[in-house]
Amino acid sequence: MDLNTITAVAHPQTRAQLPAWTAGDAWLAGGTWLFSEPQVHLRRLIDLTDLKWPALTITDSHLSIAATCTVAQLDGLACPPDWLAAPLIGQCCRAFLASFKIWKTATVGGNLCMSLPAGPMISLTSALDGVCTVWKAGGGEQKLPVVDFVTGNQRNRLMPGDLLRQIDIPLAALRRRSAFRQISLAPVGRSAALLIGNLDADGALALTITASTVRPIRLRFPKPPDTNALRAAISDEVTDELYHTDIHGKPLWRKHMTLRLAEEIRGELLGMARP
Amino acid sequence: MSFDINGRTFPQQPRAGQCLRTFLRDLGHFGVKKGCDAGDCGACTVLLDGEPVHSCLIPAFRAEGRSVTTIEGLGGDSGTHPMQQAFLAAQGFQCGFCTAGMILTCASLNQAQRTDLGSALKGNICRCTGYRSIEDAVLGKINVEETVEAGAAFGRSLPAPAGPDVVRGKAPYTFDTATDGFLHVKLLRSPHAHAKIVAIDKSEALAVPGVHAVLTHEDAPSMLISTARHEKDWMDPEDTRILDDVVRFIGQKVAAVVAESEASAEEACRRLKVSYEVLPALIDPEQAMAPGAPIVHPDRTTANRIADPQRNLAAETHGEFGDVAAALAASAVTFEGTFHSHRVQHAALETHGGLAWLDASGVLNVRTSTQVPFLTRRALSDIFGLPMDKVRVFCERVGGGFGGKQEMFVEDILALAALRTGRPVKLELTREEQFIATSTRHPMRVHIKAGADAAGKLTALQLDVLSNTGAYGNHAGPVMFHALAESISVYNCPNKKVDGAAVYTNTVPAGAFRGYGLPQALIAVEAAIDELARQLGISPYDMRRRNIVKPGDPMLAPPPSEFHDVLYGSYGLDQCLELVERAMQDDRGQPGLSPEWLVGEGIALTMIDTVPPAGHFADATIALNDDGGFDLTVGTAEFGNGTSTVHRQIAATTLATTVDKIRLRQSDTAHGGHDTGAYGSAGTFVAGKATHAAALQLAAGLKAAAAAAWLCDAESCALAGDGVVNGARRISFVDLATLGRGSPFAANGHSGGTPRSVGFNVHGFRVAVNKGTGELRILKSVQAADAGVVANPMQCRGQVEGGVAQALGAALYEEMVIDTDGRVSNPRFRDYHLPSFADVPRTDVFFAETSDTIGPLGAKSMSESPYNPVAAALGNAVADATGIRFTAPPFKPDRLFPALLEKFGSA
Repeated sequence: MDLNTITAVAHPQTRAQLPAWTAGDAWLAGGTWLFSEPQVHLRRLIDLTDLKWPALTITDSHLSIAATCTVAQLDGLACPPDWLAAPLIGQCCRAFLASFKIWKTATVGGNLCMSLPAGPMISLTSALDGVCTVWKAGGGEQKLPVVDFVTGNQRNRLMPGDLLRQIDIPLAALRRRSAFRQISLAPVGRSAALLIGNLDADGALALTITASTVRPIRLRFPKPPDTNALRAAISDEVTDELYHTDIHGKPLWRKHMTLRLAEEIRGELLGMARP
Repeated sequence: MSFDINGRTFPQQPRAGQCLRTFLRDLGHFGVKKGCDAGDCGACTVLLDGEPVHSCLIPAFRAEGRSVTTIEGLGGDSGTHPMQQAFLAAQGFQCGFCTAGMILTCASLNQAQRTDLGSALKGNICRCTGYRSIEDAVLGKINVEETVEAGAAFGRSLPAPAGPDVVRGKAPYTFDTATDGFLHVKLLRSPHAHAKIVAIDKSEALAVPGVHAVLTHEDAPSMLISTARHEKDWMDPEDTRILDDVVRFIGQKVAAVVAESEASAEEACRRLKVSYEVLPALIDPEQAMAPGAPIVHPDRTTANRIADPQRNLAAETHGEFGDVAAALAASAVTFEGTFHSHRVQHAALETHGGLAWLDASGVLNVRTSTQVPFLTRRALSDIFGLPMDKVRVFCERVGGGFGGKQEMFVEDILALAALRTGRPVKLELTREEQFIATSTRHPMRVHIKAGADAAGKLTALQLDVLSNTGAYGNHAGPVMFHALAESISVYNCPNKKVDGAAVYTNTVPAGAFRGYGLPQALIAVEAAIDELARQLGISPYDMRRRNIVKPGDPMLAPPPSEFHDVLYGSYGLDQCLELVERAMQDDRGQPGLSPEWLVGEGIALTMIDTVPPAGHFADATIALNDDGGFDLTVGTAEFGNGTSTVHRQIAATTLATTVDKIRLRQSDTAHGGHDTGAYGSAGTFVAGKATHAAALQLAAGLKAAAAAAWLCDAESCALAGDGVVNGARRISFVDLATLGRGSPFAANGHSGGTPRSVGFNVHGFRVAVNKGTGELRILKSVQAADAGVVANPMQCRGQVEGGVAQALGAALYEEMVIDTDGRVSNPRFRDYHLPSFADVPRTDVFFAETSDTIGPLGAKSMSESPYNPVAAALGNAVADATGIRFTAPPFKPDRLFPALLEKFGSA
C-alpha cells in the first residue's frame, strides 16, 4: 500500500553513506512487510538495494547469506551434493504463508528482523547454527547466533539504527542429516509448529523448535534421546508461557503438535541411522 | 527516470512512498486491482521483468528501468494471451475482480507449478468460484458452449457477456475510471467501543494543506436511518446517523476529511482532536439483557422500530404451535444442544467505496459498489431532502457482494461530501475498514430441543436463538426471522416453538450475509435430526425423508406468518436427497490414510424461499433496434452472480434470437423504473421475471405488427429465427424495425416478487479427522440443488461451488476475533484465512429435474442457498467420524484437538 508519510528515500551505496539514523527511518530491503501495513510513524526509507551485497557466498567454511538475499535466490541455490541438509532450504521456503511471488521480493534478513514466530528463515538459519552479523548504529559489528537474535514475538536484539548485514551458516551444519516437520491450521497456512532435527555424524542430535514458540528454541542431545527423554527435555525447556498464541493456533494444540512432531523427527533421524 | 509499462514509456514520477499498484492505476492501468493492499490476495499481480509480483508491495520507484506488464499488456499485439483465452473458455471467474491477478499468475507458472496449483496459487484469493473453474482454465478445459441457434439460449451454458473485458482487465469496476480533480475522503474512526463525543477540534486538521472540509456530526443530517437497504424501510430499526455524536463500536466513523489527496486527508484525520467521554461498553451478547448491562441505544424508543431499547433488544420473536414440552416428554428419543456460529466477513474482493459528483443539471451522481442502487437512491433522496430525479445512483461491474453490499456504508458520506464541497469526491475503504467498520454475519447462539417417536417421526422442534447484531440493527430482525423460518418449516412436526432475540452490543454491526441466518440455525437443526436418527438407528437420509415437507404440506414455523404467498412452484427435495445418497455411495475407499484418521459421513438439507417477503420489485424494458437487435434495460446489478448472462438468455429465448443481439444496460437509476435489488437471490427469480414479461409483451407486439401487415390473426404468427413467421411468410426483425419507424417497438415488464416458490439443496461430505492432530480432510463433497429449470448449467454449477467454498471458509478457517475491548483483532487476510485453492475440495454438483410454475421459464433462484447446508453437513460428518458432536465452528485442528485428546488420548 502507499506509505503516504514517506517524504524521502535514501539510496546509500556503501556503509559510509548510510545516513545518520533518526526517528521515522526504516531500512527498506524487500519491503514486503513494510508496504503491507500502515507505517504512519515513518518519514524516510533507507533502501539497501544499492549496497549491492552479494546474495549468497560460499567460502571454505561458510555459506554467507546477505540480509538482502531474496527467498527466491536462496531457494534457487544449487547446493553441493554433500550438503545433506539442503532440502531444508526448499522446505523452509515453502513454509512461508506467502506465495512464490512474494519470495521474489521478500528477503531472508527481512524475515529475521520481523521476528515472527512463524518466520521460516528463522527456523532454517537457527537450525543450521546460523550467526548474524549486525552493523551497529554507532559503528562496528556484532555477531550473535540466530537463536539469540530473535528474543520473542516480533522482538529481537536490534537497537534503533542497527542493520542486519548477513547470516553465516557453517558448512558443517549443512552436511548434517536433517528432518523437517511442519503443521498449520490450513493445508498451506501459516506455520503453527515448525521443527527441524539435525543429526551429527557422532550421533549428537539437535532439535530446533520454531513457530509454536515465541522464539526459536534449540535443544541439544549429545546422544540420541529415547521417546521419554525427548519429551522430558521439551517439557523442561519449553515452559507453557513460551508457546505462542494467536489466530493461527491455540497454545495447547501447539504444545502437543510440538511434542508429536519432535517424536516424528526423532524416529526419522534415528530410524534411518540404525545399521 | 522513466517507466516502461506494457511497452510504453511513461515519464511520470511516483511519490516517495507510493507502491507500484497505485502508480500503475494513476497512469490508467485499471486492470490492476486492489483486494487487500497488503500482499495477501494477489489481485494486484503484475509482471516485473516477466516475473509475477504483488504490485501493492513493490515500491514504485523500483520499477524504474524495468519492464512492467499489466493485464492490459499481457496479450501483446495479438490482443489475447492464451491464458486469457483459457479463462474465457472455462469461464474461470464470477465477479472477475481477482481475474487479472489470477491470469497473470497462472500465465507465469512453470510445468511443476501447474501440477501443484494448491501451492502455486496460494497467493491468489478468489472469493466467488471455489477454484474449480480456475483449475479448468489452467488445464485448458472448455466450459462455455459456442453459439446456439436463435431462441435456444435458455438452459445452455452460454458465457458471461462481460467475459472478454474481464479477462483483459477492461471491465470497469467502481474505481476504474479517471478521477482527476476528485477530492478524496478519509474517515476518522472511533478508538472506543462506546463513547460520547464531547468536542472535535478541527483547527489543525483544516490547516493541513489540501484539506477542503472536515465533516462531523454537526454537519450531518440528524435523520435516523438504517444502513440496511430493504424495499420496506420498516424491516430495519432507525438507529443510525451518518455521523453521530455517540460512537457505539470501535471503528465507527467520527469525522470525514475531504482533501486534495489521500495523504492530506489521512494527515488531517491524525490531526483531529476529539474529546470523548468514554461510556461503559457491552461486548458480550450473553450479557445484553442482564440487569445493569450498558445500554447501547438508551435514547431510542419502540417508535424507532427497536423492540426494547432499554434491554438492548433490537428485535425478538416468540411463538409455539402445539405443545412442545408435552411432546418432548412423550418422545421416544430427544436431543438437546447449544450451537454457536461465529462472526465471519463477506470479504468481497472489491471493498466498499464510490464516487460522487454534482453534474451541470444539479443531479447528484453516485457511482458505487452496491447490490441496491435504487434503494440507495431512495435513501439519499430522503436523507438530503432531494427530489428523486435529482439523485442518480449506479454501479458498474461490482467486485463481489455476498450481502455485504445490501447496505449503505459509504454513499451517504460521499453525498454529504459532494454536496458540502460542490466538488467531485471519492471514498475507497481499506481492507481493514472492511473488517472493522462495515458488516459481518450475525453471530448466533442456537439452543435446540428436538424429539421423535419410535418410527422416526418428529414430535417436537424448539429453537431458542440469541443473535448478536452489534452496534446497529441493520438486518437484525429479518435475519433472525429467516433463521427461524425455513430451517424448521421444511420439516413436518406437530409441535414447534421458537424464541428469538437479536441484541445490540458495542461491536462491529452484523448485517446481510449469504444465507441470511439460515446457516447459523441449520447447524443446530440438522445436527438434531442426525442425533435423533442415530438414536433410532435410522439412516440420516431416511430420517429426513420421513419428515420433510412434500407438496401440499403446509410450511410452518411459529409464530404464524403474515405472508401467505409461498407456494410449491416446484419441488425437488426428494430428488436432491436421492442424488446425494447415490453419489455418496461411490468410491468409498480411503487410500493412504493411517488408522489415526477417523472417517465419517454427514449430510444436511436446506429449503429457501425464492424471494424475500413483503415485496421485491423489478422493472425491465426492452426495445427493438433498427439492426434487429434489442436493448434490454434492467435494474439489477452484476457482481458475479451471473444474472447478466441469464437476462440475455431469457430475452433471447423469448424473442427467438441469439444472446449477442441483446444489448444489456443495467443497475442505473437514470435508466428509469425500479429494482429492489440483487439480494435475497432475486436476480433471476424476480428481475428475470420482469425481463421475461417485457420480452413476452414485445413478442406480442411484434407478432401483432406482422399480423397487421399480413392481414392475418396475430395468434397464428410465431417468433422464429430473428423474425416473425406465419406459414411460409417471414418478416425479419430488421424489417419490422423499419416498419415500426416513428413508433418503435418497445415493452415493459414488471415483477412484484409474489407469489414465491421454494428451492432446495442437500449437501453430503465424507471426511477424515486425524485424532492425533485434529486435522480434517474432506474426502468427498457432493451437493444436489433444486434450481428449477437451470438457466445456465455452467454458471449455476459455479454458484453452487462458490457457495460451498465460502461456507467451507466459515466452517473450517474464517473467524473474526473480537477482543475484550470490542476490537476486531484480525482485520487482515493473512490473519483471516480465506479459502485458497488448496483449501477447497472439488464438489460434485447435481441438479434436480424440476420446472417451476412461478419462476421465469421454470427457473428458481440459486445463489445463497448452496452456502446454507455446508457447515451443518460438515458438523454431522465430523460427529460421525469422531463420535464427538462439535457445536461451534470453525472446525479447526486446534479447536477439535482438546476433545479428541480427551477421548482418544495422545499418540
